[in-house]
Amino acid sequence: MTVYSVIFYILAIVILVSTLLAITRRQPIHAVLYLIVAFLGTAALFFLLGAPLLAAFVVILYAGAIMVLVLFVIMMFQQSLRETGLMPQWGHAALLGVVFLAVTVAVVFKDPGSAMVLKGAAVQPKDFGRFLFDRYWLAVEIVSILLLVALVAILQIAKRRGAAGDEGEKREKEVHP
Amino acid sequence: MIVPFGHVFLLAGLIFSFGLICLVAHRNLIMTLVGVEVMMNGAAIAFVGAALRWHLMEGQAFMLFILAVAAAEVSVGLAIVVNVYRRTGSIDPDRYDILKG
Repeated sequence: MTVYSVIFYILAIVILVSTLLAITRRQPIHAVLYLIVAFLGTAALFFLLGAPLLAAFVVILYAGAIMVLVLFVIMMFQQSLRETGLMPQWGHAALLGVVFLAVTVAVVFKDPGSAMVLKGAAVQPKDFGRFLFDRYWLAVEIVSILLLVALVAILQIAKRRGAAGDEGEKREKEVHP
Repeated sequence: MIVPFGHVFLLAGLIFSFGLICLVAHRNLIMTLVGVEVMMNGAAIAFVGAALRWHLMEGQAFMLFILAVAAAEVSVGLAIVVNVYRRTGSIDPDRYDILKG
């Protein structure tokens, strides 16, 4: 039991507890705040597993950008709609998750390679970037096109929403001249 | 030196199943998106652990692509949720019954 394994188990407990708290909250805003804690723990775990660049990306993008975006959107809803309960079939969902978890545990521990102890190693950001743009430059380009497509889709959805709002306004004026 | 490889995968599987439960069980579209984020987090942990297990950088490269896909997915998803909320005044998927005769 080295100091690294102690750090791993502490981080695993932090991530699991904060994720569990996040998925059981009724208010989405609390869930997102707990999820930020989980993502910061994940970033530390990535640093431990030898990916310092990805740890920085998780802090900047996941915990910083995506979660703040979700928080802003939650603030756009009315207070009465922020809190909604569970689906009536949540028991089935829990059963599905437990079955999935049991199968995962069975598969992982059936594999003799799972007992192999990981050795510490770290990828320098320079080597990682060179590898990425040397071998997977096409995938990087495809991902950039994906982000562009997402941007266009969001603009289109927002435009349609504005048009619908104008129509509603017009209808309202017709009803109440 | 750090931990057995199975423990990393077990952590990833636990987080993924938490996300699965959150995705199916909540009556709120925002919590559905949160569930998808949690599932992607679990997949990312599995990829980075596998990258260390086999000393291949492909796992970390895929983590980067997961990050980009998650960003695209959550932004489009939130735009759709806001659009649907403006039209129906609700973010409960059970209330979307405009087409019901």
